[in-house]
Amino acid sequence: MTSTGIRDRVAIVGMGCTPFGELWDQGTNDLLTDAAVECVGSAGVAIDAIDAFWLGTLSSGQSGITLAKPLKIDYKPVTRVENFCATGSEAFRNACYAVASGAYELVMAIGVEKLKDSGYSGLTGIHKVGDGTNAALSSPAAFSFLVPAYCHKYGVDPEEMGSVLNRIAWKNHQNGAVNPRAQYRKEVSLEKIAAAPRVAGQLGVFDCSGVSDGAAAALICRAEDAHRYTDSPLYVKGLSLVAGPAAGAIDPNYDYTSFEEVVRSAADAYGQAGVTDPRAQLAMAEVHDCFTPTELVLMEDLGFAERGTAWKEVMAGTFDRDGELPVNPDGGLKSFGHPIGATGLRMLFECWLQLRRQAPPERQIATVGESGRTLGLTHNLGGGPGECVSFVGVVGTEPSD
Amino acid sequence: MEAGIVSWGVYLPYWRLERRAMGDAFGTGGGRGRRAVASYDEDTTSMAVEAGRRALGVPGAPASGSLFFSTPAPAYLDKTNATTVHAGLGLSPDAGAYDLCGSVRSGWATNELAALSGRGGPALAIVSDLRTGLPGSLDESQGGDGAVAILYAPEGGVTELIGRAAATDEFLDRWRVPGETGSHQWEDRFGEEAYVPLARSAFTRVLEGAGLGVGDIDHLIVTGLHTRAVASLKKALGVSADRVVPDHAALIGNLGAAQSSLELADVLERATPGQVVAMVEVADGADAVLLRTTDALPAVQAARREAGLRDVADLVGDGRSDLAYAVFLSWRGMLRREPPRRPDPERPDAPAMRRTEGWKFGFNASRCLVCGFRHLPPTRICLSCQSVDQMESERMADLRGTVATYTVDRLAFSLSPPMVGAVIDFDGGGRYRGEMTDVDPGTVVVGTRVEMTFRRLYSAEGVHNYFWKARPVPAGADAGSGGQLGSEGGQDT
Repeated sequence: MTSTGIRDRVAIVGMGCTPFGELWDQGTNDLLTDAAVECVGSAGVAIDAIDAFWLGTLSSGQSGITLAKPLKIDYKPVTRVENFCATGSEAFRNACYAVASGAYELVMAIGVEKLKDSGYSGLTGIHKVGDGTNAALSSPAAFSFLVPAYCHKYGVDPEEMGSVLNRIAWKNHQNGAVNPRAQYRKEVSLEKIAAAPRVAGQLGVFDCSGVSDGAAAALICRAEDAHRYTDSPLYVKGLSLVAGPAAGAIDPNYDYTSFEEVVRSAADAYGQAGVTDPRAQLAMAEVHDCFTPTELVLMEDLGFAERGTAWKEVMAGTFDRDGELPVNPDGGLKSFGHPIGATGLRMLFECWLQLRRQAPPERQIATVGESGRTLGLTHNLGGGPGECVSFVGVVGTEPSD
Repeated sequence: MEAGIVSWGVYLPYWRLERRAMGDAFGTGGGRGRRAVASYDEDTTSMAVEAGRRALGVPGAPASGSLFFSTPAPAYLDKTNATTVHAGLGLSPDAGAYDLCGSVRSGWATNELAALSGRGGPALAIVSDLRTGLPGSLDESQGGDGAVAILYAPEGGVTELIGRAAATDEFLDRWRVPGETGSHQWEDRFGEEAYVPLARSAFTRVLEGAGLGVGDIDHLIVTGLHTRAVASLKKALGVSADRVVPDHAALIGNLGAAQSSLELADVLERATPGQVVAMVEVADGADAVLLRTTDALPAVQAARREAGLRDVADLVGDGRSDLAYAVFLSWRGMLRREPPRRPDPERPDAPAMRRTEGWKFGFNASRCLVCGFRHLPPTRICLSCQSVDQMESERMADLRGTVATYTVDRLAFSLSPPMVGAVIDFDGGGRYRGEMTDVDPGTVVVGTRVEMTFRRLYSAEGVHNYFWKARPVPAGADAGSGGQLGSEGGQDT
């Protein structure tokens, strides 16, 4: 794949993010309004100043009208995008390209999801029925396939694996507990996590991300204009999205211990951003921990741990908020929540806070600036093992020389 | 002359219900033995596909032409159920497929019709029944579920027809108005007095026509849902008790319309050439037929054993009997159980089902003609070599596979949670991710051997959604890689 990227050609100059949660009192219009208003406010501009919009939502609305109507957008381009759970990142990626192309000067990427009006736990209704032959497995079931496969391949005892997954959930709950915008703001003990009722395979309730409502937004402009809006922009270093051929679902060579889509998108994004040693160069990573085994496998696919070793790194605390490479310091999908269309932008919002040292002191990570680390990664996944889209983005506070 | 039988296949579901469980539930106690129970994802159509596969899967069995299907419990009215069975078996689009549904007696006619039709080319008769009744009824405890397929052909028959006779009378013995969940029966002494003379008449005439006496009969089959009349006839017809074919009702119940075919299959699995088989069925009259086994029988018996097909005598002892009565009732729609907190499934789309008929009903993969890679479901562009439209259709339904990874899904919608999901790698290539059935979730491991089975996933808005699931290969039935249950490769569509 030839991708030259748009390193340092565009910058994020404002962001907004609503609290995530079961927001019974707020509709899609409220969420979009709150995120957009906070976002433009942070850059000191009005909505009127924006030239074009990219709206990401899986199922909370269709077409640009979904955004134009509540924001009262004044006859401007609004593009609605959808790419499963990577929808928010996809809105952001396309907005960045529009600015990099020179077509627009100032654009907004915004994502929203209102899941909790459905009356059901978990995601519903993503797939059309069609001929009725698609297996109706739930999302946790699809990701739970990773667990026996990983144990089988690396000789990890299922009980040990349980401890590893519990620790991932525990870590993300620890992080969410100190984040006022997170859906779950309580620490949860390892014992409680272990005792939770099973949902699918080895996965219990605490292995699953929060189902939530929320919205997040980013304001993007040309890098050379960034200081008109803020003293501390975030530069876009690399953006990659790949859709796999759904090989894992039909290819007996796929062993359910990796996401090839993630490996490919990471290599592409690292190439664009000039990242050669992600574990040492990144100050933080926000990854798609939809279920705890996903985060485990991602640590290897993103190059943070050698194959077959991430489970040990998890137990050693490598990815804790005060660890060598903080992963999901805001609580992740697990604890911050996962309103589909907003999630990719919520990940960027944490980079926006942490890399610019604007997170509250009690949860500001120490790795920023340490040994020259100025980069943050966001990873967003849509679909499931063997059949998914994957986004990897790298942003940083310093423009390249 | 009618065509002879060249193959047969018996399908009994995985589940058994202990009759004691019914007595316990009502506090009445009692109940001996057990009955065969179609699972929550089975109906008379899906069981017919399973029986048909077993008949057509015998090496040397000819491909079937016309298909005649009969059941007193049809999944659809107006719409032909036999077309679903036809598609599930991968039969030729040039063959006819017909229902004879409604009454129990139609099952008899279906075999007679197939035997007549079989003079011009192979014809398949499948009789399927799903017997139930109101909770606590005799029909519920004494009935059984299952299907039997019998293949007739002009050449190579293991039986030849000696003669047939019928007797008909109009009287009210057993009836059910469309839509009712249970049948009604008049006082059984009334039915007995009506049936016994009718059966005697048919039996006597068929013997006389053939110039045979009761002493010439090697195997006597007497069937019918009128238990009292059947018991009485078994003694009254003058055939010695050791030649009366056992009904296996204690282990599986009475299969209703399919019972006579089941007992005939049982006989054919044990008989030797040159034996006389007499069949008498009482259902709104009586029918009788005399068959003689031929020299072709031992070769077919051997071919069946070689294919790993099990005999009725063994099948009746199989089955899992830890089924709770309340679960049974919920499967039969007699007890409305709290559903999982998920949206109800949606009705599948008719045009989409027709477009993918080969996949949905025949479980046909596409195999790349350039590199050989198998795709489930079929695709036009090869994953492995990217060749475009260089595919041949290949039936996968009769191949076995191995579980690559699995899960127990407690969140997904299921008519009987939890759903067991598995990734299956087929012998000779090809991977499929889908549902398992007839399985104890605790016993699945990476490496479990599975075979495919045709099921009704669910019904929505009056549309039945049929598709294939995987189930563990019964112990001792796995011939290893390449072991096959059914046909050598049905007609691609």
